[in-house]
Amino acid sequence: MAPVTRPSTSVTLGKAINMGLRKAMEDDPKVLLMGEDIGKLGGVFRVTDGLQKDFGEDRVIDTPLAESGILGTAVGLAMRGFRPVCEIQFDGFIFPAYNQIVTQVAKIHSRSRGKLPMRIVIRVPFGGGIGAVEHHSESPEAYFSHTAGLKVVACSNPVDAYWMIQQAIRAEDPVLFFEPKRRYWEKAELDTSATPGPLFVTSVVRPGDDCTVLAYGPMVKTSLQAASAVEAEGRSLEVIDLRTLSPLDLDPVYDSVRRTGRCVVVHEAPTNLGLGAEIAARITERCFYSLEAPVLRVGGYDTPYPPSKIEEDYLPDLDRVLDAVDRTFAF
Amino acid sequence: MSSGDIGVGPGDSSFAEAGPELIQLLTPEGERVEHPDYSIEISPEELRAIYRDLALVRRIDVEATALQRQGELGIWASLLGQEGAQIGAGWALEADDMAFPTYREHGVAWCRKVDPLDIISLFRGCDNGAWDPVATMFNLYTVVIGAQCLHAVGYAMGMQRDGGNGATLAFFGDGATSQGDVNESFIWASVFAAPVVFFCQNNQYAISEPIEKQSRIPLFQRARGFGFPGVRVDGNDVLAVLAVTRKALDAARTGQGPTFIEAYTYRMGAHTTSDDPSRYRLASEMEAWKLKDPIERVRAYLIRSGYADADFFAGIDAEADELAARIRQGTVEMPDPDPDSMFANVYAEQTPYLTEQAAGFAEYHASFATAEQEA
Repeated sequence: MAPVTRPSTSVTLGKAINMGLRKAMEDDPKVLLMGEDIGKLGGVFRVTDGLQKDFGEDRVIDTPLAESGILGTAVGLAMRGFRPVCEIQFDGFIFPAYNQIVTQVAKIHSRSRGKLPMRIVIRVPFGGGIGAVEHHSESPEAYFSHTAGLKVVACSNPVDAYWMIQQAIRAEDPVLFFEPKRRYWEKAELDTSATPGPLFVTSVVRPGDDCTVLAYGPMVKTSLQAASAVEAEGRSLEVIDLRTLSPLDLDPVYDSVRRTGRCVVVHEAPTNLGLGAEIAARITERCFYSLEAPVLRVGGYDTPYPPSKIEEDYLPDLDRVLDAVDRTFAF
Repeated sequence: MSSGDIGVGPGDSSFAEAGPELIQLLTPEGERVEHPDYSIEISPEELRAIYRDLALVRRIDVEATALQRQGELGIWASLLGQEGAQIGAGWALEADDMAFPTYREHGVAWCRKVDPLDIISLFRGCDNGAWDPVATMFNLYTVVIGAQCLHAVGYAMGMQRDGGNGATLAFFGDGATSQGDVNESFIWASVFAAPVVFFCQNNQYAISEPIEKQSRIPLFQRARGFGFPGVRVDGNDVLAVLAVTRKALDAARTGQGPTFIEAYTYRMGAHTTSDDPSRYRLASEMEAWKLKDPIERVRAYLIRSGYADADFFAGIDAEADELAARIRQGTVEMPDPDPDSMFANVYAEQTPYLTEQAAGFAEYHASFATAEQEA
């Protein structure tokens, strides 16, 4: 009997990143992984599971416990022609490395007038909803999106995760790669023989006519659930997965908002000066005469991320998305 | 217990003075002395070349300070007094080695064949340093204190992985030893046995703060706690610095891991041209260090040994004058950068948004030309 070939398999988001990392390391010997507990343990979320065994300790580097050290040495490795992929164990632990990321990683290409490449990927499991303690549930993407010289992306599903991590590693610029940690165990069919679209492109994940809902990372699923929930009421939401946060790819958003006239931006990060603020400003600049209502934002409150027993009250959920949609229709 | 009881601190002679561990091969009076662990074979020709480098680098520095005073530079970070440490370290570097400077290593830059005007352009405000860090193997100046030490370790880890023959030389000052990044770089280098040498110029001051504000023990002793050797060398003795740095780089290249070198020296000038050292240190201190001048002792040795005559020194002086004139002319004639160059190289692959912003910038400025034509 001929062997059954299965180009398409069901994988979790975490496994998809693992497979993407493996493929990137097979394709390019200059790709290195660096981080805390990423070797024998395979990372606290097991995203690098098995990679040290297969690629060795020189390519999958268990580092000392110091995030600035991870990024600072990654800079030197990148100057030498390597493509380090750094794992920051949790979102809230990126701040010890903030100086290296903002003053060095972001600026060395410019400082050296292009002589020194900064091909570094910084993987960050981000967002809440897993019942964790302080500093393990944050959404720090706006700090990095504000910094010239960095690129910032967020994946929302296993298929994108597999392709986007490989594309980020192949990119010529430093990329912050945000992974929705509470979606690590979500499954999807992954066809590794498919041809992916480009990395820095936003994608319409559910077409609709009445209101545009923008989200990225963990909030894409929440927004899709909201769209399903109101379908029965005869309201049609267009859900867009931003995927790229810096640069923003807003042409598909403008097209959508010009049709729907309404827009809600959803993220877990606090709304004050978050991605939603910039997106609302740009939509207003480009789509002013198409708007039936102001662009509304649904996000975390402007508080420290709360203790986990009340995090569900902090995080945007299906009801808060629909509440905002209702408010856009009240105008 | 008073702080004096722990045996270190401002009152302790091993702290305030260089101490008996100081490695020296040429005394302030210009006498060659031997050291049990460090020796140097150096020809009269090489000695004259070292003197030339020392003298020319000081002349560059004096000229740059003058240019700042005359409004041609925004600021200048003087290396005055640190020429011995920098030329010694620069001479120890081989072609495959990579240097990671702070913003004061003009002497090391000179040894790496960086055109002084490519440094001046940074302090004039034209760029962030105009030299090619890859071609010169001399990284661009790093202004955030200590950040480059981690880069040097990462680069050295790269050399370990791609079979490179070189080592890296990380420069930093006494103040930087308080930075987290510098301490993390020690840990990384030690754990991975990276081919890196840490070269600390202890010039006694971090702007106004004396070394006592950074450390309760002599800096070189810290290395032991990180698991690699630390040595204190007379930073004003170019020969000792060369011998010590050469040995440390050799050890790094041959898999023996990092070394911490504390080059004990003195910042004879201000921190930068914006600083006023008279507010925090005594003139008498400066007078004492003038007697340990790094250039005078080489000159004395050259004369004493008959390796150089008055014609040689006159020739160097003339060359220094020519160099200064070239720097002066190059500086005052240096064009401002094109304003639209700010958009170049932000990314290797420019984003559509930035392309749009750059086009808007060009259009905005072109509108003035159009308005003038119409007027």
